[in-house]
Amino acid sequence: MNKWNNNKAWFFILPVFIIVAFSAIIPLMTVVNYSVQDIFGPGQRFFVGVEWFKEVLQDVRLHDALWRQLGFSSLVLLIEMPLGIAIALTMPKKGWTASACLVILALPLLIPWNVIGTIWIIFTRPDIGLFGYLINESGISFDHTAHAFDAWTTLMLMEVWHWTPLVVLLAYAGLRAIPEAYYQAAKIDGASSWAVFRYIQLPKMRGVLTIALLLRFMDSFLIYAEPFVLTGGGPGNSTTFLSIYLVKIAVGQFDLGPAAAFSLIYFLIILLFCWLFYQVLQAVGTGEKS
Amino acid sequence: MIKKRTIGLIIYLALLFLPIYWMLNMSLRTNADIMGVFAWYPSDPTFANYMKIFTDSSWYSGYLNSIIYVSINTVISVLVALPAAYAFSRYHFIGDSQVFFWLLTNRMAPPAVFLLPFFQLYSTFNLIDTHIAVALAHCLFNVPLSVWILEGFMSGVPREIDETAFIDGYSFPRFFLRVFIPLIRAGIGVTAFFCFMFSWVELLFARTLTTTAAKPIAATMTRTVSATGLDWGLLAAAGILTIVPGALVIWFVRNHLAKGFALGRV
Repeated sequence: MNKWNNNKAWFFILPVFIIVAFSAIIPLMTVVNYSVQDIFGPGQRFFVGVEWFKEVLQDVRLHDALWRQLGFSSLVLLIEMPLGIAIALTMPKKGWTASACLVILALPLLIPWNVIGTIWIIFTRPDIGLFGYLINESGISFDHTAHAFDAWTTLMLMEVWHWTPLVVLLAYAGLRAIPEAYYQAAKIDGASSWAVFRYIQLPKMRGVLTIALLLRFMDSFLIYAEPFVLTGGGPGNSTTFLSIYLVKIAVGQFDLGPAAAFSLIYFLIILLFCWLFYQVLQAVGTGEKS
Repeated sequence: MIKKRTIGLIIYLALLFLPIYWMLNMSLRTNADIMGVFAWYPSDPTFANYMKIFTDSSWYSGYLNSIIYVSINTVISVLVALPAAYAFSRYHFIGDSQVFFWLLTNRMAPPAVFLLPFFQLYSTFNLIDTHIAVALAHCLFNVPLSVWILEGFMSGVPREIDETAFIDGYSFPRFFLRVFIPLIRAGIGVTAFFCFMFSWVELLFARTLTTTAAKPIAATMTRTVSATGLDWGLLAAAGILTIVPGALVIWFVRNHLAKGFALGRV
């Protein structure tokens, strides 16, 4: 798309820039400051250089948490993206049924994150919860507080239940933006429904799917409240993801220096992945246009 | 073929609704009933749990606080994002694509570690325990997202419309308010919905920056869980009520939402 050249456009961005600078850059500088100091209390600080970064990078429990996190996020993306697109394709296009579907889909997104955990505690309890009751009635012993596998299954179910609607909403938005003429042309050419999906719908959804993928990756990588409420990081350390471990260090042990170094590394990992996703998706997009 | 698809969709929506139904079911029963028998539906429905929430000010003020700061945040986010998104979608300027991506990176910082700096920052400005503090803190992730979503909608509007309006002698502010905003009205609705949603469900910042006067409902719920043991019925009722404001918002904007989704390229 060709745009006008105008450096005065910066003035339009200024309010956004000021707000984000206030709420992001100042705190980020504080975090950087913490990460190179040993803090004993107000006024008692010592410069320690990259000491904390070394310590954090060599922490075995952090490596475990990182692999766990990567596994969790990849599984989440692998399930939610295709499922979300599939559901969006089956949604009605107009009328009250479309509105009703949108409203029902948005419900899980509107529940505060710690309440989501609470709901799933209730839902999976074997004595009073529907899911726990049914699965135990069917003869499978299932207890997310005792077995790592069950805890993971419950978390995955909760995560897919909670966030697939976001992918559906965005994918649906992308689908609705495709002009009817494209479909008519495809029909005249006798394209199969797979070909329509592959060569019309998927490329047209690229923009929204990029946002959906980035949002889902970031949020699943930063997941905190739901596993904290549901399993507290257990049993053992099986659901201790990066953010839970981070809070354990920052709040539990009050080690501000290592916590700050940890979070900067954490931030850089997410940044790296998002940048890669973004570059790949942009490259795929331009390849298809030409 | 079409029928099979519809059945799949209905099954999915039913599964989606099931945990929410279960919470509704429990919110209408007493604790003794919940712990005593397993029941598919409340055989003896009671509204005692809801009555407690509506009569106890420590409960209902939580909802009011949440609604206040979420509204402030939504208004701020959309207002500052509108001109910025216009600039990103229409102009080339120094550093435009870098700043655009940098904005999104603000959503990637682990909130857990921003807590202490945030607390210090807002203490300096004497803003702790005010609605505006939480609203501003939530701007950290809502403003960038609003810019991204609005930019998508604005890029869907052909540039010829701007040019025609300028040739017709519209001044920029008049063009923006009279011509452009109505064109992307649906996009603004979608953006506001996303801001509302992410601010409504966020707890970590909201809990850290408030003590009593602006305490959000989600924090009220956690506190009650630890204080009175496990009052499942009350907890379920409070949970159901956290969905209500959002559900109302969607219900009122549902046509805009459907239309917005039809227009936008996000």
